[in-house]
Amino acid sequence: MSTFILLLITGLGLGALYFLVASGLSLIYGLMGVLNFAHGSFLTLSAFAGWEVGRRIGLDTLTGFLVAILVGAIVAALTEFLLIRPLYERHIEQVLVTVGLSLATVALFEGIWGPDPINIQRMPWLIETTTIAGAPVPNSVFIAIGAAVLVLIGLLVFLRKTRYGLIIRAGVENRSMVTALGIDVRRAFTLVFTIGGIAAGIGGVLASNYFGYVSPLMGGSLLIFAFIVTVIGGLGSLAGAAVASILVAVLQQFTNYYWGYGDLIVVLLLAVVLLVRPQGLLGRKAA
Amino acid sequence: MNHVLTVSHLTGTIAGQQVVEDVSFEVPATGVTAVLGRNGVGKTSTIKAILGLINRSGEVTLEGRRIVHMHTHRIVQLGVGYVPEDREVFTGLTVAENISLAVRQRSPRLDFVRELFPEVVVERAQQRAGTLSGGQQQMVSLARALVNDNKLLLVDEPTKGLAPKIVDEVADVLREAAKTVPVVLVEQNLKVIDLLAERVVVIDAGRVVHTGPARELLDDPERIQQLLGVHGEAAA
Repeated sequence: MSTFILLLITGLGLGALYFLVASGLSLIYGLMGVLNFAHGSFLTLSAFAGWEVGRRIGLDTLTGFLVAILVGAIVAALTEFLLIRPLYERHIEQVLVTVGLSLATVALFEGIWGPDPINIQRMPWLIETTTIAGAPVPNSVFIAIGAAVLVLIGLLVFLRKTRYGLIIRAGVENRSMVTALGIDVRRAFTLVFTIGGIAAGIGGVLASNYFGYVSPLMGGSLLIFAFIVTVIGGLGSLAGAAVASILVAVLQQFTNYYWGYGDLIVVLLLAVVLLVRPQGLLGRKAA
Repeated sequence: MNHVLTVSHLTGTIAGQQVVEDVSFEVPATGVTAVLGRNGVGKTSTIKAILGLINRSGEVTLEGRRIVHMHTHRIVQLGVGYVPEDREVFTGLTVAENISLAVRQRSPRLDFVRELFPEVVVERAQQRAGTLSGGQQQMVSLARALVNDNKLLLVDEPTKGLAPKIVDEVADVLREAAKTVPVVLVEQNLKVIDLLAERVVVIDAGRVVHTGPARELLDDPERIQQLLGVHGEAAA
């Protein structure tokens, strides 16, 4: 029973990390139609920034965490403004730019920090475990789950209660009509990228604490599953991304433990969803 | 005569294909100017080219100000209301959210649109626009344009696919709106043209082939048949 609980809760923790990456991807695709392959680099850079600050000024402050979020936000906003905006309405070129940026930044990170994972020193409390129904669960898992829930609530409140949230919801449905109402939708693009960068920044710090290391490839490997989650949940659907994150991560965790084919089962799940429900679990059917 | 809108040698392309060839016309500062033509001749594309919703070149001025180089949102902010073909309401948003999104001035004319469309804007404010009938969606689309003070209204086939009773209601609303703002109206229904329009611009194959008083054209069934391919009696 304790194994089941442990797998379930750590699966939820992994799902939380997937969601933190997938939420930004989903919002960006929903509004802009851009599959942002550089999103993993936002996460990696934030993780390194948080780690660098943390080891210099001490682990017992939130400064590293806040710097990581800030770095994620700024890099994402600059990426949109400098690289994506000039290619407005040219989706293939936008995707190619993000792929190129992703490859270039991984090489840059390897040049600065080396290609190997760097084990990080974590706050002692994060390594400690809390026993739930006999299962010793690392506290970092609870932090990841809590952060993802807060990000989900924050995003839903933002989308439901603010004017920019309204613009984004409308833009996901019909971008050109939003423009035809006199709204500069490009500002919403930058904002959505920035929000995605913030979520990736949070994800970067939490992922490094969850796995116990930082690595130039960390963002890229999470990005693959985040893309799968985004497609299974339905491109552009935040709620879909949340549901699919949990589904994919828990399934992956259990399968890995009992049979060792966690990644394979996730890809099979993706194939089944694409065949049976191409728009994803909570996505809209293409007209 | 003062012109609110001047269009000169406007061309427009969609996906590399030229859909507006060479359109020139002027819109007076009052009344309704109808844009007519057979299906697929470039009427909607002309409106979209004026608004910058498709790639375009040529010259377009609004109250003497050059707008052809501007982004769509800037043109609209200058005071251009747009009611698109097929309504294009945001189906996932409520009626109130659709209208709120369109507000671009500090004191929107909410009371005005509530009076014009009480059944939709007031009674169905919290209903998702996607669950409304076609006629009700058209009311939302019109309300979005009329909630602001405009210098010009571009209205694209507002009666398309609507029941005759709703067509009359839409025509009444446009007649009311046209008392305060000039309207460019793309319309196939000659009865509506007869009710509203003072001037007509006829487009064929992406070019203007006729301009003049609406009455003059409507009283000439042979010319209507020649330009629009329909019997003039349809206006009766």
